[in-house]
Amino acid sequence: MKHLSVFRLSISATIAFAVPLCPTPALAHLNSTGMGPIYDGLTHFLMSPEDVVPVLALALLAGLRGASYGRRALFVVPIAWLLGGLLGLRASATNDNVILSSIWFLLLGGLLAADAKLSLRVTTVLAALLGLYHGYLNGSGMGASGYVAAALLGLVFAVFVVVALPAAFVVRLRVAWARIAVRVAGSWIAASGLLLLSWATRRG
Amino acid sequence: MRITRQYKWALGMAVLAMLRAESAFAHAQQGQAAGFLTGLGHPLSGLDHVLAMVAVGLWGAQLGSPFIWLLPVAFPLVMAMGGMLGFMGISLPGIEYGIAASAILLGAAVMFEVRPPLAVAAILVGFFAIFHGHAHGNELPMGQSALLYSMGFVIATGCLHATGIGIGTIHRWRWGQTLLRVAGAVVAAGGVFFMWKAFP
Repeated sequence: MKHLSVFRLSISATIAFAVPLCPTPALAHLNSTGMGPIYDGLTHFLMSPEDVVPVLALALLAGLRGASYGRRALFVVPIAWLLGGLLGLRASATNDNVILSSIWFLLLGGLLAADAKLSLRVTTVLAALLGLYHGYLNGSGMGASGYVAAALLGLVFAVFVVVALPAAFVVRLRVAWARIAVRVAGSWIAASGLLLLSWATRRG
Repeated sequence: MRITRQYKWALGMAVLAMLRAESAFAHAQQGQAAGFLTGLGHPLSGLDHVLAMVAVGLWGAQLGSPFIWLLPVAFPLVMAMGGMLGFMGISLPGIEYGIAASAILLGAAVMFEVRPPLAVAAILVGFFAIFHGHAHGNELPMGQSALLYSMGFVIATGCLHATGIGIGTIHRWRWGQTLLRVAGAVVAAGGVFFMWKAFP
């Protein structure tokens, strides 16, 4: 098998990563492709830490418990998110409740840090509640424009990917220190939730 | 270490994907990145924080399992409680003394390779975590995202622990054990300096 030396690879990698640091404006003309709303939904999810982090925590938690848990979360979270989003579209605009968001951080981060041995049923309920709640908030915040269904589809696709990749990665981990590193990530998420909760209560 | 052709292809594909970047249309919340970067930089901006956090990792590595993973799991949670007090505007007396004392005691623990019971080590580290957390929480800049600021400083703190643990892996060698003790002495000396500076 052909090999590259580490030195050559580091030079190539430095050059390769330096080029994207000088980007030019992206003229993607998404209007002409009709894909714009899908990307809107997708990027909205990926750029909202209040949404991404709890989903990530649930995916890691399911991954730690095993493949069957991961598979369950993989389908329950996006479907619940879609249902919540559709319900939200029918509702009037709702403000994100920071205290509830912080409780999701605390709950899922804490369970992950403790490596809680949840049953498959409890994991499913958690996944469904998480999807319904956040989906509802996303849906109610989208307004009544004509392309929200496509945006919701993009959002759900992003949720699917954010569950699939971390869960699949963690399911394969067998080394003790790697599984502990995942639990450390849980303690970071719980700590962030605790801080968010205090900030929210101070804000009143 | 040699890199296979598969890695070369993977790197090439990753770079191509970045070059194909589209503009992101979400941007619903402004100033988020600033909050995250401020939080990320906060623990790194003070040498007293850096010394104490690295010392936690060094001590954990010296003591081995279960300390090595319990301390980094417990620390962020207790630190968040300190940060909570800071966010809520509840003052804590002697913050600077507490942080300097953490560097002195944790450095001394590494220097003398102190092996207390697990609960004692966790309580000691947790006690000092409150001071560090309060200092971070108290300095959230106006107008920045509290969530991303919190995530930033929690992640930076965790990375400092990981650095300490990484350095601490030299403990398996005899010369490494000596070097770690010297590192502990340097941390403790730094703590003495910061304690001296903290006095009016």
